[in-house]
Amino acid sequence: MSPVSTAHSRLIYEALKASGIRLVSALPETWLVHLIRMAEDDPEMILVRLAKEEEGVGISAGAHLAGVKSAMLMQNHGLLASINGIVSCAQLYRIPLLMLISHRGEFGERDPWQTEGGAVTEEILRSLRIPFVYLDRADHVAHRIAKGQTLALSSNKPVALLLCRDLMWEDS
Amino acid sequence: MKRLHALNAIYPRLQEHVVVTIMGAVAAELQSIGHRPNFFYLQHAMGLASSMGLGIALVKPERQVIVLDGDGSVLMNLGGLTTLARYRPKNLLHIVFDNESLLSVGGFPTATSTGSDLAGIAKAAGVPRTMTVKTLPEFAASVDEALSAGVLTTIVAKVEAVGPSAFVTDLGLLENRFQFQRYLTRGSDDNPGTTR
Repeated sequence: MSPVSTAHSRLIYEALKASGIRLVSALPETWLVHLIRMAEDDPEMILVRLAKEEEGVGISAGAHLAGVKSAMLMQNHGLLASINGIVSCAQLYRIPLLMLISHRGEFGERDPWQTEGGAVTEEILRSLRIPFVYLDRADHVAHRIAKGQTLALSSNKPVALLLCRDLMWEDS
Repeated sequence: MKRLHALNAIYPRLQEHVVVTIMGAVAAELQSIGHRPNFFYLQHAMGLASSMGLGIALVKPERQVIVLDGDGSVLMNLGGLTTLARYRPKNLLHIVFDNESLLSVGGFPTATSTGSDLAGIAKAAGVPRTMTVKTLPEFAASVDEALSAGVLTTIVAKVEAVGPSAFVTDLGLLENRFQFQRYLTRGSDDNPGTTR
């Protein structure tokens, strides 16, 4: 049994639904497995499994211009792999982009290969001028996701929510 | 075959459908024939035009979407072909103008000039209908067939490495984006372009 929290994944998923999200693009990563399954099992949700995260920027841009709200699920290394798409599609064309990014490599990380990405994630977001908040407690998940979506839509820009170990991992 | 002539030949089809193009010569040439609100030109983000087309096709299954791609752009997002093939929307036609070069930055040859076969790659990725065409009549016929087949199709059209003298047009990027969004969401109950 994976120590990734099903209950907190459910909270996140319900908050996405409550924000009107109808399309989710994703690349699997350990912390995201429950969220991806929930999207897969939901007949009201379009799940697009990607080969590389940057594709999700284009898919979300297309969905937005066609009137459908979407979200991207990715690891922080997926953010790194998406930067050109974020800058030269989402920012250039003022596309609201709700990005849920698993914040690997922070305090408590056991996988050595995740530690470099964790160390640069916030600075990358700041230098891209992407507003972000942390999701690290169950009690603020719903309103932070709702507020993030509100800001993404009002600003027509990308917004990031960093999914943290204290929320996603049961024995953190 | 010149790309401009190829675009002219299929323009009556493009007029009727949702069109997403890449940057550079394709965007400038299509605009020189005639811009329409149903045409969107992704003027950067190389590789993502096909992903945008997929996003639109998935959420608007009642609309035919045509992506006008290029060899340099496809080579930057080969994985995207596997995603197109995975969801294989019936309403998506993927046209790749292959001039075997990065024309707008000086004509440096791409890997299709040394034998990489984009139709073969698309087929192996799982795109159900793929073909390479080399003449104008073949191209026009392949587009008509693809639109009536109702199956995800990638057409690789071999074209000459020639293009317009300038790539910047007087259509603003954001003007194009909001006009296209308004076109796509027209008549919708949930119209993010005008109300929120």
